[in-house]
Amino acid sequence: MLLHDTSLIFGRYVRQTLRSRFQILFGILMPLLYLLFFGPLLTGLPLGSTGDSWQVLVPGLLLQLSLFGASFAGFSIIIEKSTGVVERMRVTPVSRLALLLGRVLRDTLLFTFQAVLLVLAALVMGLRAPLPGVLIGFAFVGLLTVSLASLSYALAMKVRTPQEFGPVVNSLTMPSMLLSGLMLPMTLGPVWLDVLSHFTPFRYLVDAVRDAYTGRYATAHMLYGVLVALAFALLAVTAGTRVFRRAGA
Amino acid sequence: MPIISASGLARTFTARTGPVHAVRSVDLTVMPGEIVGLLGPNGAGKTTTLRMLTTLLAPTGGAATVAGCDLAADPAGVRGKCGYVAQSGGVDPQVTVREELVTQGRLYRLSKADAIARTAELAGQLGLGGLLDRRTAALSGGQRRRLDIAMGLTHRPAVLFLDEPTTGLDPGSREDLWALVRGLRDDFGTTVVLTTHYLDEADALADRLVVVDGGRVVAEGAPAALKTEHTGSPDASLHDTFLAITGRAPAAADTAPLAV
Repeated sequence: MLLHDTSLIFGRYVRQTLRSRFQILFGILMPLLYLLFFGPLLTGLPLGSTGDSWQVLVPGLLLQLSLFGASFAGFSIIIEKSTGVVERMRVTPVSRLALLLGRVLRDTLLFTFQAVLLVLAALVMGLRAPLPGVLIGFAFVGLLTVSLASLSYALAMKVRTPQEFGPVVNSLTMPSMLLSGLMLPMTLGPVWLDVLSHFTPFRYLVDAVRDAYTGRYATAHMLYGVLVALAFALLAVTAGTRVFRRAGA
Repeated sequence: MPIISASGLARTFTARTGPVHAVRSVDLTVMPGEIVGLLGPNGAGKTTTLRMLTTLLAPTGGAATVAGCDLAADPAGVRGKCGYVAQSGGVDPQVTVREELVTQGRLYRLSKADAIARTAELAGQLGLGGLLDRRTAALSGGQRRRLDIAMGLTHRPAVLFLDEPTTGLDPGSREDLWALVRGLRDDFGTTVVLTTHYLDEADALADRLVVVDGGRVVAEGAPAALKTEHTGSPDASLHDTFLAITGRAPAAADTAPLAV
């Protein structure tokens, strides 16, 4: 039943995304600009890590794609609340978990696709990384998207207007990006900043993907990255489903 | 054997300024095949009552059974047996009529073939036949409303809840919709519970009225019986009856909107 319901909801929202091809490509624009205009600045800089600058930057851009994209996934449900679509679905016997998962899996598909485009562009720019590492990177993008999109939908179900939603999400994603070390390794900075960054889940994911991109798969970073990513996803999906079950939306 | 029975149903919201008692205590008994109108001013608790009876909102007090299923113990059972058409409808403007109806059928766990067959059947029954491949945004107000109702009927529910079904419709479309609701009851034995603040609608459509005010049921009965009881004459207007019951006019717009 869960499978049937999830694939039904997933199909509906995949069709919604396909109707707006603009959205599919637009999401990749910002990381692509970083790749083009920021990436070349790093070549030759001592980044204090193994691997060349592309192996440091691209993992960060991949997670940035998910961080800024998936966090705003909730916008679409604010519109659907006002058209009554959310209530209409909640009044059917469809599984509450499927109402969330169907949407979240669509987002995962979308951002993983964008991640593939980004990596292809990076290859052209000069990235060289082992294939298993690149694939592990996509898995992390997928897991992070599941987590952030779930939380985004949960928040969107709670707020009344897009005007409330946007600033809240912005005020969470901006510091998350700065503290995660997406752009430059945190180890370059002072100790207090490095310590502070360990309080965000993103730090562990970035470190894990950077290890993967340099072909190191059995490291402490990888272990912590996997554990944090899984725990974050589990928490986020649980919270999101709860909201769909009892929302007064 | 009533198809809906609610006792002491209540819902309190917590607002910054303190608790808001949207519904204080509603007792309701509806027999199979009845058309019952919940009548009351804006903010009386009509919509909140409907949202509780359709499992969208958990009651903070009381209990109810809908179509043989207990609201608290078996919400999934209630969902499978009732249809709900919200005031805002519930279709995506970018999606075609056909896709919405087929998806809705499948959300109610019909097989793909059954959902397609049911879509054709509903389109015929509700006059949507030529519109199946249009986006819902392209429908007129009356067509949209018929689609909303078709969405609520995909699984042949025993009970259909309609929230303010004719708000914003022109007089012609309103009367079409009344005929449709009567037809559902006469042809399929569907029980219909609708909210309205239009007195002429309540008078024309409902077998029985339940007047809600301040989150409570303040009067109920057949329109004629209510009139006799509260004004002394069966020929009194429902407006005067309403005044006699609640001490004030039902709402700012207590008459049908005029076509523009």
